[in-house]
Amino acid sequence: MAIHQTEIQETIRMVQMESLDIRTVTMGISLRDCQDSDFEKVKDNVYNKIVDYALNLKPVAEQVEKEYGIPIVNKRISITPIAEILGKATVEQAIELAKVLDKAAEKTGVDFIGGYSALVHKGMTKGDETLLDAIPRALAETKRVCSSVSIGSTRAGINMDAVRKLGHVISETAALTKDENSIGCAKFVAFCNPVEDNPFMAGAFHGSGEGEVVLSVGVSGPGVVLHALKRYPDADLGEVADVIKKTAFKITRAGELLGRVVAERLDVPFGIMDLSLAPTNAMNDSVAEILEEIGLESVGTHGTIAALALMNDAVKKGGAMASSYVGGLSGAFIPVSEDNGMIRGIQDGSLTLDKLEAMTCVCSVGLDMIALSGNATPETLSAIIADEAAIGMINKKTTAVRVIPVIGKAEGEMVEFGGLLGRAPIIGVKPFSSEKMIKRGGRIPAPLQSLIN
Amino acid sequence: MQKRAVVTVVGKDQVGIISKVTNVLATHEMNIHDISQTILQDYFTMMMLVEMKDKERLDDLLENFQAIEDEMNLTISVQLEDVFQAMHRI
Repeated sequence: MAIHQTEIQETIRMVQMESLDIRTVTMGISLRDCQDSDFEKVKDNVYNKIVDYALNLKPVAEQVEKEYGIPIVNKRISITPIAEILGKATVEQAIELAKVLDKAAEKTGVDFIGGYSALVHKGMTKGDETLLDAIPRALAETKRVCSSVSIGSTRAGINMDAVRKLGHVISETAALTKDENSIGCAKFVAFCNPVEDNPFMAGAFHGSGEGEVVLSVGVSGPGVVLHALKRYPDADLGEVADVIKKTAFKITRAGELLGRVVAERLDVPFGIMDLSLAPTNAMNDSVAEILEEIGLESVGTHGTIAALALMNDAVKKGGAMASSYVGGLSGAFIPVSEDNGMIRGIQDGSLTLDKLEAMTCVCSVGLDMIALSGNATPETLSAIIADEAAIGMINKKTTAVRVIPVIGKAEGEMVEFGGLLGRAPIIGVKPFSSEKMIKRGGRIPAPLQSLIN
Repeated sequence: MQKRAVVTVVGKDQVGIISKVTNVLATHEMNIHDISQTILQDYFTMMMLVEMKDKERLDDLLENFQAIEDEMNLTISVQLEDVFQAMHRI
């Protein structure tokens, strides 16, 4: 059927004026066959395998973006959680491996490589412990390596020993990168109920249920949704949901088409579409502004959670119809530093850490890219992770914590991370201690799956 | 592999837009299947459905269009037709 002129105009408008883009194509690569008793060989195997598979990822994605006229902003790689192949390696060796990953990422031209990770939601192996000890220096001494640790799940409960440890990992990472506004912490995320096929950073890794190699796509487009809503200022909330749904459908279809073309040309199976609304600092490319367009004076005020719930669900419904394989985190991201509306909300005092926490109950992930005052203690950071993990565990959803305690900065100051990571006002933490609870350690038992009120 | 692409041209109306754009298409041996053009509040909008014979020469084509964009202050985009089908047809 011929395409109508107005439809062509709509697509062009979305790309040129409303920041429609494919946020990322992420190649997942299994590294499980890279193990060897000789660690030098492990390093060679890892480097060669990543470069072999991903060398053409960037040129092919760039060619496809040119042909279809829709930008593919990021090209990324996710790998088997590194703790699984560390074996008896030492912490020093684990850090060396991070540098090998960084080198492979640089060679292939991708902007991030995710999977310097461990899954410790029930317990820790020797390899996991080594990895956790290596994370701070690995993040400080590399540019493109992203790390994540799973510390809880609905089926296993929350490993509070690991949560306790992560408070120190984040603090140490912040201290090691204090000359760059503690930027190392922006490359680390703690997860509850992580997904194995998430194409977004910093939490991407190639899970054990995945194949040898796979290509997944993350689409975005808060700007497109925002502009669509602006055309219906008087619609009731049912119609608002419908507008979001239809817009998400179109965005997702474009994303899936481009993703499949890239996968086919690389001769790699297509994995999943992650249809998350991920904001950027570009004008009007903000999730907060969508909530404000729905009818809030400033994001964070009363009604924010209801608006976010409506939006998150509508995005999923539209996207699920549009793609055969939906996966990843699919929903709305609320990273503070990458969203001009969120930044404004915090500066205006309408948005607080407590409200952000509550928002994570109904959106796709968790506390994301939040700059905290540098004096937050490791135990406070652990307690923040524990709270967020509890929300995920009880609600059977993914939650995550990516916070940056910025050494030397206090509440109210602004901090610039630069590039895609944006800028953020520092939020203060509560002055009361959580130390005793965190020091108890142990595991929080898995919750009941019935009697769920 | 032959593919169809949509070429859109938007900008302030002036003499010679169609001539210059179609000239580039002709030198690239790209046949025009359909063409429509309107003027909205002084803004010239043209859409063409063209046959894309050789994707390898896309860079060349985009470069030629870039020159016209700069010279006449226009926005020209070339997109494979599939993306419109995907977004607007089930």
